[in-house]
Amino acid sequence: MSTSKVEQAGGAGYLWVDDRVPASKYLKKQLGKVFPDHWSFMLGEIALYSFIILLLSGTFLSLWFKPSMIEVVYDGSYLPLNGVKMSEAYASTLDISFDIRGGLLMRQIHHWGALFFVAAISVHLLRVFFTGAFRKPRETNWIIGVTLLTLALLEGFAGYSLPDDLLSGTGLRIAQGIMLSLPVVGSYVSFFVFGGEFPGTDFIPRLYTVHVLLVPGIILALITVHLMLVWFQKHTQFPGPGRTQRNVVGYPLFPVYAAKAGGFFFVVFGVTALMGGLFQINPIWLYGPYIPDQITAGSQPDWYIGWLDGALRLMPNIEIVFFGQWNLMLNVLVPAVIVPGIIFTAMALYPFIEQWATGDKTHHHLLDRPRNAPTRTAIGAMSLSFYVLLWIQGGNDLIANTFKINIFVITWTLRIAIFVVPPLVFVITKRICFGLQRRDRDKLLHGYESGIIKRLPNGKYYEQHQPISPEERAVLLARAEAPLPLPMPEKYDANGIKQKGYGVKKLQSRLSHFFYNEQVPMPTAAEIEEGNHHESELTAERNYEIDDARTKALAPHE
Amino acid sequence: MTYLLARRRSPWATAFLLLLALVGIGGIYALASGSTQAEATAPSASTTQIDEGRKLFLEGCSTCHGLNADGAFQLDGTIAGPTLIGVGSASVDFQVSTGRMPLAAPGAQVERKDPSYSDEETAALAAYIGSLAPGPEIPMPDLYDTTGITPEELALGGQLFRANCAQCHNFAGEGGALTDGKYAPSLTETEPRHIYEAMLIGPQNMPNFPDSTLRPEDKRAIIGYIEALRETPNSGGIDTGRLGPVTEGIVLWTLGLGALIAVAIWIGVKAK
Repeated sequence: MSTSKVEQAGGAGYLWVDDRVPASKYLKKQLGKVFPDHWSFMLGEIALYSFIILLLSGTFLSLWFKPSMIEVVYDGSYLPLNGVKMSEAYASTLDISFDIRGGLLMRQIHHWGALFFVAAISVHLLRVFFTGAFRKPRETNWIIGVTLLTLALLEGFAGYSLPDDLLSGTGLRIAQGIMLSLPVVGSYVSFFVFGGEFPGTDFIPRLYTVHVLLVPGIILALITVHLMLVWFQKHTQFPGPGRTQRNVVGYPLFPVYAAKAGGFFFVVFGVTALMGGLFQINPIWLYGPYIPDQITAGSQPDWYIGWLDGALRLMPNIEIVFFGQWNLMLNVLVPAVIVPGIIFTAMALYPFIEQWATGDKTHHHLLDRPRNAPTRTAIGAMSLSFYVLLWIQGGNDLIANTFKINIFVITWTLRIAIFVVPPLVFVITKRICFGLQRRDRDKLLHGYESGIIKRLPNGKYYEQHQPISPEERAVLLARAEAPLPLPMPEKYDANGIKQKGYGVKKLQSRLSHFFYNEQVPMPTAAEIEEGNHHESELTAERNYEIDDARTKALAPHE
Repeated sequence: MTYLLARRRSPWATAFLLLLALVGIGGIYALASGSTQAEATAPSASTTQIDEGRKLFLEGCSTCHGLNADGAFQLDGTIAGPTLIGVGSASVDFQVSTGRMPLAAPGAQVERKDPSYSDEETAALAAYIGSLAPGPEIPMPDLYDTTGITPEELALGGQLFRANCAQCHNFAGEGGALTDGKYAPSLTETEPRHIYEAMLIGPQNMPNFPDSTLRPEDKRAIIGYIEALRETPNSGGIDTGRLGPVTEGIVLWTLGLGALIAVAIWIGVKAK
């Protein structure tokens, strides 16, 4: 077999390197690593690629952005701001937008990329949650993921605040208000962060360091750990033929997965660049420089802070004053600190809560179909509805103006809905899950409804059932029978002495009942066999049986 | 007929019937509501403008504003229409030529609609109300004509707009919500004369900005800035309604993430 000169040269080069850094064996093993395939496994990739895009476009922007609050008089290309006094941060952002070649495109790619980054993290998180991918041994990676989401929110908000335009300043002022609402330490925290009583000249340079160095550095480190854990713990897979807890069915990293992932990177970059080129985002020149006494109608944060803004808008104006001098600002503290604190804590701890409640300590590498974990799916849907309601409230003024609805009606509807809708969603989702489980059970027992309606000689109609495909059968059979709820502990032992840890065990049992109070039993092998047999018998009977009496009764009319 | 009969069970039949019913109801409503508009009498050359205005006022406005334009009460004691003595001709011109008066229906806010009176009739009404007591007068065109506005004036207009108007009308004059169903209307198509008059008189929920607060040249600069907002091409591409981050978020979640997930699904499907 003849090889081309290029190949020979390449081979020689590789041998030279391998002679000194022997990596062939290692690479052969690692490049052959198998990854399972499913579209929803690529959502995390979108986040990763957006982060790379953010690093690249952000570096470009940092070459011209001046993180300084020194007051300057603008004399750039954008005439409607000519001669206006503004901070150097805002002026340099205007310069990037109007006077630096490609600057506006880069700014818009950076901003769309940031929106993509958080959105991709969010949908990735939903995928991991609803499929139960966070279960043992991946709890640590879940916590890293939740931390990454929190950091992404912080990083995004920092970036939104840097240009010192009207929306930036408004957002920062709200952030300061949230800090001030902290009991006892509030004013100290605010002084510490802003370097004074008001957000003054210190803050933008500080925020810049946080935005371009501190937070991205931590995100980068955590992404590395996140991916290394995926690598070593192996990727989870959906149930299917030949897929077990002990194997991974999919394609090798090289060349298949590398090509797919590499290609997808360029698609993500391409779509982000298209968005940056086609759609205007954050037109700071229209917002104007930040001046504390100014505000615009429709002042909103970027979408990922929208739910927090919505929570602030939802909360009634309750403030308690102790002894006429100490204020407890519940109107800010509850929606902006307590509620998000509970949400993020519960999110981070969820794998452990579920593990404890279900007493399940085994390793899980096969994903759950959401319907097969009804309580978890219902909790997820409930939380999502809570989030979406807050999100809607975040845009209440725009909804009011666009659809000509009284803004107070929207706010009050949502104030009630926030307590009514999530529990309803919980119950409905759970019922749907059980319904789907029953359907799956029916499919296993009787096959699927073929849609073929047959009419018997006696006039009866019936629908033929047909056996499901082996692939679907494997998926349906993979549902693990849920364990029985943990029994209620005995309060006293045989000697009438109160059990140690009775209260904790009781709580655990309660939670376990909450998770497993109801289930659709999996059909046994015998039942499936019988079901198939029955179905074919039924078909034969229906095909050939003739109801004599009925035939006779109908005869005169025929 | 057989053509229709054969298709009566088509899935489109329901949609078609619905559409037909909607068009029918809509058409009847348009006819009915169109015929209730007040019909104005043709101006007569023999009377003065003020007399003509008074006649129109008595016919079209006095039910609510009183026979002497000094306001009137409803039977339950609430105000039917406020007194118009001292509101000035600018107020009449603004309310009538933007169609806000005569009022179509009471509500949280009087809405803009097609004017019911011609330009001459509006001028006559304005002259009559203006003659009752001194008040803000209809501005001369040179006050709001912004041809030849300098960049300095434009920048001043922008600053004044952001300081005085943006909090209700939004940073780009797209309008915004106020309390209890009230709203600050969009300024994207408002005529310069009406913007000037609105600043002068402060209609409905709007504060007024007399010349002692905003000088005539300030008002002109603001109008110039609003016009520049309309005319300046959008840097950076298609705008998302100039409503800020909310609509940007909607574009991201639908178009942006929609496209990426579609590609992800496509890549996933190809693997089978």
